Parts: sequence; structure tokens; C-alpha cells
Amino acid sequence: MLYLIEQCLNGVQLGMLLFLLAAGLTLIFGIMDLVNLAHGSLYMVGAYLAATFAALTGSFVAGLVLGLIATLAVGIVLEVVAIRPLYGRDHLDHVLGTFGLLLFFNDIVRWIWGPAGMTLSLPSQMLAAVQVLPGVFYPMYRIVIILATLAVGGLLYVLVMRTRIGMLIRAGASNREMVSALGINITLLYTLVFGLGAALAGFAGMIAAPISFVQIGMGENILILAFVVIIIGGIGSIRGAFVASIIVGLIDTLGRAFLPDLARNFLSYSAGSSLGPALSSMLIYMLMAGVLVFRPEGLFPASRK
Amino acid sequence: MIDWRNLSADWLDARKLASNPPNLRNAFVIALLAILALLPIYSALTGNYFLVTLFTRILILALAAVSLNLIMGFGGMVSFGHAAYLGIGGYVVGILAKEGINSGFVQWPLALIVSGLFALGVGALCLRTRGVYFIMITLAFAQMVYYVAIGLDRYGGDDGLTINKRSQFIDAVNLSNKTVFYYVCFALLLAVVYLVWRLVNSRFGLVIQGARSNDRRMRAIGFPTFRYKLVCFVIAGVLCGLSGVLLANHTSFISPAMMQWTRSGDLIVMAVLGGMGSVFGPVVGAVAFLLLEEVLSSVTEYSGIILGPMLLGVVLFARGGIDGILKDHSRG
Repeated sequence: MLYLIEQCLNGVQLGMLLFLLAAGLTLIFGIMDLVNLAHGSLYMVGAYLAATFAALTGSFVAGLVLGLIATLAVGIVLEVVAIRPLYGRDHLDHVLGTFGLLLFFNDIVRWIWGPAGMTLSLPSQMLAAVQVLPGVFYPMYRIVIILATLAVGGLLYVLVMRTRIGMLIRAGASNREMVSALGINITLLYTLVFGLGAALAGFAGMIAAPISFVQIGMGENILILAFVVIIIGGIGSIRGAFVASIIVGLIDTLGRAFLPDLARNFLSYSAGSSLGPALSSMLIYMLMAGVLVFRPEGLFPASRK
Repeated sequence: MIDWRNLSADWLDARKLASNPPNLRNAFVIALLAILALLPIYSALTGNYFLVTLFTRILILALAAVSLNLIMGFGGMVSFGHAAYLGIGGYVVGILAKEGINSGFVQWPLALIVSGLFALGVGALCLRTRGVYFIMITLAFAQMVYYVAIGLDRYGGDDGLTINKRSQFIDAVNLSNKTVFYYVCFALLLAVVYLVWRLVNSRFGLVIQGARSNDRRMRAIGFPTFRYKLVCFVIAGVLCGLSGVLLANHTSFISPAMMQWTRSGDLIVMAVLGGMGSVFGPVVGAVAFLLLEEVLSSVTEYSGIILGPMLLGVVLFARGGIDGILKDHSRG
């Protein structure tokens, strides 16, 4: 039981990280109609920058803040230099162009920081475990991750639903020509949205860094998970991304934790041990297939179209 | 008898080109084929067997790129999960070899069948959607296969599995001989190119291409485009499975890395770089891309810094790929 609660919390925490990535992806897709494979690279760049600044300043928080600003800057430069010419072209062009960017980022990071990878260590007060329920202890830092992402999600909601910029973003998603015809600088808006997405991805990378490892290509596998989240949640929908990331996080984590044991109970021990891990890694894809069969538009399709 | 001049022709000017004298584009294709055909002889004369190994790999991946281009270039179905079939074909060979079945007569058909069945399942799901959904879903399913392969502890898991013996056929075809294996790959590549070329110029191919440009109209005319596209998707999967069989035999090793998602990206790059409008384009693209990769990695450790922006450049400025450039020159 305790193990179950702990694994559920782990699942929520993974889901929250996925949400940060998926929200940026789905915003960028919903508004600019752009498929961005380099989104995972921004996750990686965010982690590297935060680790570097944390090492320079000696402070975890300062590392995060400086890293976030730097990732935002990287995102904006990237948009202006490389992404802007891709708008309005077909999706294959996006895939190829951003695939090129991904190769570029992987090797430039290896060139600058070396192939060895980095660690971002936590301040000592974060290492403690807190009692979440009577008898259930959970690492402080993972709780912080969940709360911080919830706060970011809340801010994002306020930004998109309650501010003027958010209104423009929503308007741009439903009819970009009309927005620019009304005198809104759509180019600037796009840059802002891309920067926002980059910052979200970078933030996800840097808060994930202390519990994983900062290395080349760290953003790629989680990027594909984020794609699955978007497909399940419905492309262009932030609410869908939020619900789907928690579902995917929970299923993936719980499946990995419990399915191998279950398989051993039902099958022979050796068959269960070899099938269990393979099966558990398939779970979320089966969920995705199920969603596609019954609701091809995703669980919470964006209202446009 | 195959009319080589036509192979590079895209479907629109296929007939026009057949009546025209050979132009730069066709001369290029013939020259490339001649080089590929004579390469082992050159290697044997100079003793440089590295070239044969390198080009065997290029031929195998070219085959995969040709199969991808069938659905992507002609059917408009951008699959970002094509490397999964490389892995499936390879793993069928590897798993059978590990279990003591070395006969190619068993391994190869089984690998193609499994690839086809996987394509059938994925295609039936993916083809319900379009555009960006299609890209992401094919990618996600390929990633699923990747993780399943990692989970297969008995067959090496993450580390992969060494294949002790290449597929056994009759004594005359000994795949362990590098030159023989090279020519087997070359012949299969030519056969696949010919098959795809026949396919896209057939009624079936015209329906597929019609569905690419306007699916709704094709349905309105009365073609059940879903079925056509699904069949096309399965054919591409089977052909790419064949490429996986060859790849596993070539490296005598299978591992999940065979179907890493960046490999799917590489295949798309080869197809686009060569030119998606023609059947032969992806072969040109594969040769160009893999040679470029080879040269860059011998010059610098960080080839992506050059390769990445170059890809972006191709997307922005040379959308037709090498084939498009040759075509422009041919038209003068």
C-alpha cells in the first residue's frame, strides 16, 4: 500500500514534467501549426544551462533563474533564425528542419560541455523526506517538483485565459489572418509563444536534472512521451495536455512498478520476468491506440475546426 | 528487360522522358548504377574491402528509403516510424538464429510476414488520422517496438544480440562472402526499385497519388482510399522489413539501436535529399547522405553542427532534393 502511494506520487511527478513539455508543444502546434522536434533539445539545453549556472554561482535557485532566462533567450534566437522560415510550410518540412536542429543541438552541446554529462545537485534542505501521510515518507524535492509545476500550470492558465496576450494567443490559434488584419504584430506574437514554449521545456529539463542525469539526448525519449500525451489529450488543447500527462505519467510508472510482478503471478516466473518489462513499456502506446480507435481527435480536442 | 532510362522519371513525365533523349538526370542515374555495380571489382583490385562494407550498408538503407518513399513521396503518408520495420526484420532473423534456425528460407519469409502484420496493425490505426497526427503516431508506435526490444532480456535487451551465422541458403549463395552479399543486396535493391516503379505507375499507384493530392475527391469518385493506402502502407512495411533482414545479416548483430527514432529521421532525410518525386531519388539520397556522414565523421567529431543546418538549408532552399536540382539542369 505504501509502495502504491509512493508510485502514484512518482507517476504524478512524471506526468507534471510531461505536462511542461506537452503544453509548450501543443501551444506551438496550435498557434503556429508547427511540429517541433527540437523541443526536446530545449529541455536538454535548459538542464545544461541550469547546471552550469548553478555550478558558477554555487546556488541552486540562482542556477534555475539564470538558466531559465538563458533558455528563453536561446528559444527566441532559435525562432528568429531558424524556425520563422518554416511557418506555413508543410509538416514534412517542419519534421526535417527541426530534425536538423536536433542534430545540431546534440553536437553543439557535446562540443561545449563535452560528452560526459553533468550533475545538478540539490541544496541540502531539499534532500530530506517529508511525511505526506501518516507513515508515508516521500522525497521533499519530488513534492517541490509537483507543486512548482502545478504553480506554472496555474500561471499558464491565467496567462492564456485572463490576460491580453493570452487573448491574442487564443485569437491567433483560431484565425491568424484576422488577428494580423486587426493590426496585431503576429510575428512578434509567434516569437513570444515560441519563447514561452522553450522556457517551459527548459524549466522541465532543469527541474528534472537533479533526479535524473544531465546528458546528450536526454530530451528525446521524453519528447516522444510528450507526443503521446498530445495525441491522447488532443492537439492544441492545454487542458487535454494536462489531463493526459497525468494519465500517461501514472500508467507508465504504475505499469513499470507492478506489471512485471503481476505477469509473474499469471505466467511462469521466467516468462513473466521477460515479458513483464516489455509489456509494461507498451501500456501507454496501447492506451494511445485505444484513444485513436474511439476518439481519433483526442480526449479534449481543441475547439477549432 | 528493364528500361533504365525510365527509372528516374517521376510519374508525371514518365512518358515524356521515354521519348526524349537521355538527359543529365538519366545519365547521372546510369553512372551511379554503373559505379555501384562495379564497386566490388574495384575493391578486389585495390584490396580496399572497407568500401564494400560501407556500400553494402548504403544499399541496404537505400532499400529502406525507397520503401519509405513509396508511402511518403507518392502516398503523402509521412511515416516517422519506418525504422521499426528495420528492427522487426532484424529481430526476426536474430531471434530465429538464436533459437537455432538458420535457414534463410524460414527466416526471410517470416521476417517479411511479421513486418507486414505490424504494418497492417499500425496502418489501420494511423490511417484514421492525417497530417501531424500521422507523423506522431507512427513515431510513437516505432518507439513502442524499440522499448519492447529493450525489454527482451532473452535476446540481449538493451545490449543487443550477436548473430553467429548469416542466413543459410543454397551453397551457391553464400551470404558470408562479402562480395556475394553485396550483389545480393544490390540485386534486391534493383528489384525493389523496379517493383515500386511498376507499382506507382499502375492503376493502384495512381489511386494512391490521387489520394495524396485530394483524398475526398478520390472517395467521391468511388475509390475506397483507406484500403488502397493501407495496402500501400503494408507493402512499404514489408519492403523495409526486407531491408532489416539484410541489415541484421550485414552487421551480424541486432540491437534496439537499429530502430532508434533518429534512424527513422535519417530515412526521411535520405528520401527528401534524393528527391521524393522519383522512385530512384531515395537511392541517390541514401548514397549522398551516408557518404556525407562518413566524410564528416572522419573530419570532425561533431558532424551534427554541420549536418543539422545543412538539412535546414535543404528544406528551405532545395525542396526537390538532388533529383530536383538535376531536373532543373536538364530542363536548361
